[in-house]
Amino acid sequence: MIEIKNLNKAFGDRKVVNDVSFVFETGKTNLVIGESGSGKTTILKMMVGLHVPDSGDVEYDGRSFTHSSEKEKQEVRKEIGMLFQGGALFDSLTIEQNVAFPLDMFTEMSSEEKTERVNFCLQKVNLEGRNKLYPAELSGGMKKRAALARAIANNPKYLFCDEPNSGLDPKTSLVIDALIKDVTLEFGMTTVVITHDMNSVMEIGQNILFLYKGNMWWQGNNKEILTTDNQEILDFVYASEFLKQLKPRK
Amino acid sequence: MKLFYHTGKYFLLLKRVFGKPEKISVYYKQILHEIDSLGIGSLGLIAIISVFMGGVITIQSAYNFTSPFIPLYAVGLGTRESIVLEFSPTIISLILAGKVGSNIASEIGTMRISEQIDALEIMGINSAGYLILPKIAAAMFINPFLIVISMFLGVLGGYVMGVATGACTSYEYIFGIQSFFVPFNIYYSLTKTIVFAFIITSVAGYQGYYTSGGALEVGKASTRSVVYNSILILIMNLVITQIMLVG
Ligand SMILES: Nc1ncnc2c1ncn2[C@@H]1O[C@H](COP(=O)(O)OP(=O)(O)OP(=O)(O)O)[C@@H](O)[C@H]1O
Ligand SMILES: [Mg+2]
Repeated sequence: MIEIKNLNKAFGDRKVVNDVSFVFETGKTNLVIGESGSGKTTILKMMVGLHVPDSGDVEYDGRSFTHSSEKEKQEVRKEIGMLFQGGALFDSLTIEQNVAFPLDMFTEMSSEEKTERVNFCLQKVNLEGRNKLYPAELSGGMKKRAALARAIANNPKYLFCDEPNSGLDPKTSLVIDALIKDVTLEFGMTTVVITHDMNSVMEIGQNILFLYKGNMWWQGNNKEILTTDNQEILDFVYASEFLKQLKPRK
Repeated sequence: MKLFYHTGKYFLLLKRVFGKPEKISVYYKQILHEIDSLGIGSLGLIAIISVFMGGVITIQSAYNFTSPFIPLYAVGLGTRESIVLEFSPTIISLILAGKVGSNIASEIGTMRISEQIDALEIMGINSAGYLILPKIAAAMFINPFLIVISMFLGVLGGYVMGVATGACTSYEYIFGIQSFFVPFNIYYSLTKTIVFAFIITSVAGYQGYYTSGGALEVGKASTRSVVYNSILILIMNLVITQIMLVG
């Protein structure tokens, strides 16, 4: 369980995150949704310590993170897997070396065990056989998937995904969503997924935080989101005319 | 004021660079990799420059030593001393500051803006140490070898071109490069080289590590690293010379 408490963040004098509190539950896929620029990535970066919040706290299973020492932060981070919005693959390393990187760094696995684990992860994201390619040789969606493979390589306790589906076709999107949901359940991870893809919301929205202009606006799950009468959510969920026709009537 | 700010930030970064490594074996592999890319990769350039500069130094010395009171073996002696004391350690280091320094700054800068450094941090890795320490260690180890090779090739270049152009005879040159040899000068040169290697890699690492923005800023960081490195090398050259040769 990860709990964020009263997080605040401003860049210069522009307030980007305004007093947001939420509980991300273990074994569930927790979603952060909201329109572009609403502060989703900023919240995620505060949760992992890449941005320092102006005030507030983040707790990992009761361990205070934001106000802990650099050393304690590193200990928590060894249990974190993260998929960046841009992938952030190491471009001097092949896909295989990228996925093996956390294993090289933090485990004593033999090279056979590593190869096996790497192939397992690559196969999960439909990239089997692409081991020797460099990030520059991949398409945008393939980079995303390779980065996801790296994020789950070392069986993290906490998994953060910043828009795992952007740039993917609908079918691959579903595969990735299913993968995230499966590993979360199977390994009892606490997973936080940022998305603005309504398909993902319906597929894996077990616990949703909706942000509106940096404010925590609504929370619930994928069933409740269809029936809320909160106007900003309705605008977000039924963005297109086509979807509006599908809106269930009460 | 800005100078103090950056000096402070630089030393704070160095403190992180020399923090405890996560895994020695990974660092070890990185160091070997950097020795190859920073050191061996510069060998060709250094060889060409050294041979030609050695040749020019010889021809110029012979051109200037027209007085009958200066024996002709002074050409070989002068060439050797210029190369050992100044050309190889300082000029080659300045060239490496351009080649290796800008390379390091843009590599690390690109990793910063594409969030690769953040990705390292998230994994719980000391990114400053992982990225910069192997480069510092590799350069401090391999640059003395590069400089010794440069000295050798410079003197050889002087011989070949001096004899070929008739600036001096083979006998005089060889006699010259063997006379009045002071081993301490080599020690002085290599000390300079090692200090310069540290400056080049750490300053370039600093510039790259604190890049923010986009591709434009990576270019600027790379330029800044060359400028600051050159200035620092020239200043340290003066300081070390004063301490070791005079003081
Ligand atoms: N490093 C930064 N410096 C200044 N402003 C920033 C910085 N990072 C983000 N912002 C600003 O904070 C706001 C929220 O950004 P954020 O990246 O959190 O949005 P987001 O919800 O992730 O959007 P998207 O869905 O487009 O990724 C934006 O208006 C952005 O301009
Ligand atoms: Mg974002």
